[in-house]
Amino acid sequence: MTAPLQAFEIAGRVRAGEIRAESVAAACLDAIRDRDPGLRAFVRTMGPEALEAAREVDRKAARGERLGPLAGVPVALKDNILLRGVPTACGSRILEGYVAPYDAAVVERLKAADAVIVGKTNMDEFAMGSSTEHSAFFPTRNPWDVERVPGGSSGGSAAAVAAGLVPLALGSDTGGSVRQPAAFCGVVGLKPTYGRVSRYGLVAFASSLDQVGPLARTVSDAALGLSVISGHDPRDSTSSPGLDEDLLRLSQGGCRGLRIGLPREYFPEGLDPEVSAAVRGAAEVLAAAGAELADISLPHTRYAVSAYYIIAPSEASANLARYDGVRYGRRAAGEKDLLSLYEASRGEGFGPEVKRRIMLGTYALSAGYYEAYYLRAQRARRFIRRDFDEAFRSVDLILTPVSPAPAFRFGEKADPLQMYLADVFTLPCNLAGLGGISIPCGVTRSGLPVGAQLMCRPFGEGLLLRAARSFEAAKPFPRLEEKTCG
Amino acid sequence: MRLAVGLEVHVHLGTASKLFCPCPADSFGREPNTCVCPVCTGQPGVLPVLNRRAVELAVRAALAVGAEPRRVSVFARKNYFYPDMPKNYQISQYEEPLAGRGSVRLPDGREIGVRRVHIEEDAGKLLHAIGSEELPCSLVDFNRAGIPLIEIVSEPELASPEEAFAYLGELKAVLQYCGVSRCDMEKGELRCDANVSVRPEGAEGLGAKVEVKNLNSFRAVKDALAYEHRRQTEVLARGGRVEPETRLFDADSGRTEPMRTKEEAHDYRYFPEPDLPPLVLDPAWVEAIRKGLPELPAPRRARFIREYGLSPYDAGVLTADRDLAGYFESVVAAAGRSSAKAAANWIGSELLSKLREERLPVEGSRVPAARLAELLDLLEDGTLSGKLGKEVFARMWESGASPAEIVAASGLRQVTDESEVGRWVDEAMAENPAAVADLRGGKGKAAGALVGAVMKKSAGKANPALVQRLIKERIR
Repeated sequence: MTAPLQAFEIAGRVRAGEIRAESVAAACLDAIRDRDPGLRAFVRTMGPEALEAAREVDRKAARGERLGPLAGVPVALKDNILLRGVPTACGSRILEGYVAPYDAAVVERLKAADAVIVGKTNMDEFAMGSSTEHSAFFPTRNPWDVERVPGGSSGGSAAAVAAGLVPLALGSDTGGSVRQPAAFCGVVGLKPTYGRVSRYGLVAFASSLDQVGPLARTVSDAALGLSVISGHDPRDSTSSPGLDEDLLRLSQGGCRGLRIGLPREYFPEGLDPEVSAAVRGAAEVLAAAGAELADISLPHTRYAVSAYYIIAPSEASANLARYDGVRYGRRAAGEKDLLSLYEASRGEGFGPEVKRRIMLGTYALSAGYYEAYYLRAQRARRFIRRDFDEAFRSVDLILTPVSPAPAFRFGEKADPLQMYLADVFTLPCNLAGLGGISIPCGVTRSGLPVGAQLMCRPFGEGLLLRAARSFEAAKPFPRLEEKTCG
Repeated sequence: MRLAVGLEVHVHLGTASKLFCPCPADSFGREPNTCVCPVCTGQPGVLPVLNRRAVELAVRAALAVGAEPRRVSVFARKNYFYPDMPKNYQISQYEEPLAGRGSVRLPDGREIGVRRVHIEEDAGKLLHAIGSEELPCSLVDFNRAGIPLIEIVSEPELASPEEAFAYLGELKAVLQYCGVSRCDMEKGELRCDANVSVRPEGAEGLGAKVEVKNLNSFRAVKDALAYEHRRQTEVLARGGRVEPETRLFDADSGRTEPMRTKEEAHDYRYFPEPDLPPLVLDPAWVEAIRKGLPELPAPRRARFIREYGLSPYDAGVLTADRDLAGYFESVVAAAGRSSAKAAANWIGSELLSKLREERLPVEGSRVPAARLAELLDLLEDGTLSGKLGKEVFARMWESGASPAEIVAASGLRQVTDESEVGRWVDEAMAENPAAVADLRGGKGKAAGALVGAVMKKSAGKANPALVQRLIKERIR
């Protein structure tokens, strides 16, 4: 089995007129049709629309028009990103039947770049989860081991990319939801600096933490995806103005002279030894490529899980209030008064994990508890951010594991707290608003990929990509097809 | 029992578009749900973008009530479920509002403290088809959802329904003056809730607070407060306790009814709005807005008294409406400062009654200021008497013609020719010997009958002063 084409190669060949976007899209849709049933990465494919979009790219090429950077590249969207005219359910029963009335900002950018959107991918309900087991529809399987979860909440996007069904997918990352499934599925996943990518049209989970990010099989494809979706959007007041940089150029240049810190709090006792070894091995690879390693400390890391699981549910409790059965989405039948309509619609529409978090957040914001929970969590968040500010005075990047252990089996983390605790290494990046990338750095003896996380100071993705790229060049990522081919 | 009232006044800001999306904000009277978009209907994935013009108007309003805008204010989510709230939270300001303390000076000189001014979005409107068989449901119109509002909260310093009425009137005038809002209560552009408590004379602190909602007119404010004053006083007089609660005013019955008790009060779970960065005001911008503020009602009122020698009452009537005050000053500018009092009288009586009769705003007056000034000139030079002037004014209103044209065409001109008037006087005296006898006998009042008879003969045109003089001369 040959490796599927990268996004870069597809766009280059389509632009050069060597292949037609339509045949790329057709091949992609065939692959999804043939191989997705064993994985269930997709909740929906848009075959006819994708083929038509691809033919439009071909027509543009035939007319001699300049094609965009993702010319003819099939892209999958996590199902919390709005695509006009297409159902968007966010893995939830409560949005069943809801058809997006507008395109998300990232979708507009993909379309403008001549990408071909082929489908929507499965996810934990409203992006709340780390395994995609909390999808209201079905779980997605990990292509490396179908008995195991693909991670989450962008598990569908990660599995689709890992299985070679698409070269590029978008996910969303509120506490690790791009990076952790990327690690579990052995692909690259990038969480942009908060404010780099517009959140307009991303269904909000926790507004101060959410970012859309790319998943791809190579660092250059992730960089390409990021460069397309980045940029100021006046419709998102938290999007950063004046970001006019050539990310692809900035990602060149290797990692010689870059100072990379390894925070001791991210290598605790009890960390899976194979994970620890793989990530420390990645550090050695980077050092061999010219980076300087440094031991650092981020002392407030231990508050990250508690702070996150106050702040994110608090924001979510308000963000999800609009799903009430009144204007759109699921409405419970036969209810006679307003309160019972709300209760029944939300009661049957939301799954247990979403309800748990809405209750957590509602509680944390309640009169008498607000100071003790929400305000303290915000204080902890400031301390965590200050840790990073301090660290980035002496290092350029920070290297850590993505997850304390590789992909787990379905049902293995039935205790929600166990699931939350496993997010410990990815949450701080969101709390501090940094950029972070997950790159495959090894495979365990049982054949599961391990991810290393690099984090950069805000808007330092250029450096992040430089280091990730030189690592990739020095130690090619393990490939699923190599594994399946024996 | 002493009454203490604080008013929470919500005012639509007169922007072209809504607070957080580009939908039109002047949607009153339009087809339901035609001024809506994904943002103001709370679709998944949407984000608010703050309307700069709304902030400008809000800053203007804050400055106009003497409330200094903070350099940094913070938007917050106010969480509660209701079908007219598309997101089931309202974006408002809570702990750090746009502006802090200010005050409003009432016409009687008393200052009422303003506690805070903040920006928030309006909700949609529910239409309940109660008892309808065809439509056993409620309908919602989101045209109003997201229209920018400011809330101006007064201190509980209003001591009577009349004072609350005066405060509301003054506040409305201030906001209209600075072009913040039209404040049309009928269109819901100005809405009001009241916090009402009573306490025994001389008592420290305030009594239990009752919030009264649904005050949809100035009249309703006065009536509801008078009712609550009575009700709470009676409760205490019976030895009872006033329950802190929210009550709803019913304008038809003139009563308030309980809506929810304190225990049922919402916990709004306010927290800072993560979709909007803190609002940071550039001090130079605020200064520019301050400089652009027009003269406000209270100083204008004082100036009218000082400069034009008007009575406080006339000054109050004229300055209650910025356009009316402007009209007055245009008339005076054209007719001369000496006619200021006359101008005030004519505007306060003839003009206002016509405007009210036809429910017209000042700008809709069919007698422009320059024309009224011409009329005052004709009164001044004796061409017209006051009585004729009223007739001419009525014709000006009907025809739009100038007073000179009307005088020329109709002959409605005061007759000041002594011989002509003398003839009418002689005739009248001959025809009313009894009145003449009375007058000679020292009954001064009898002159009135003679004057009336002369005016009748002259079809109202005889100069009344001249008539008076000639009668006096002939009696002597």
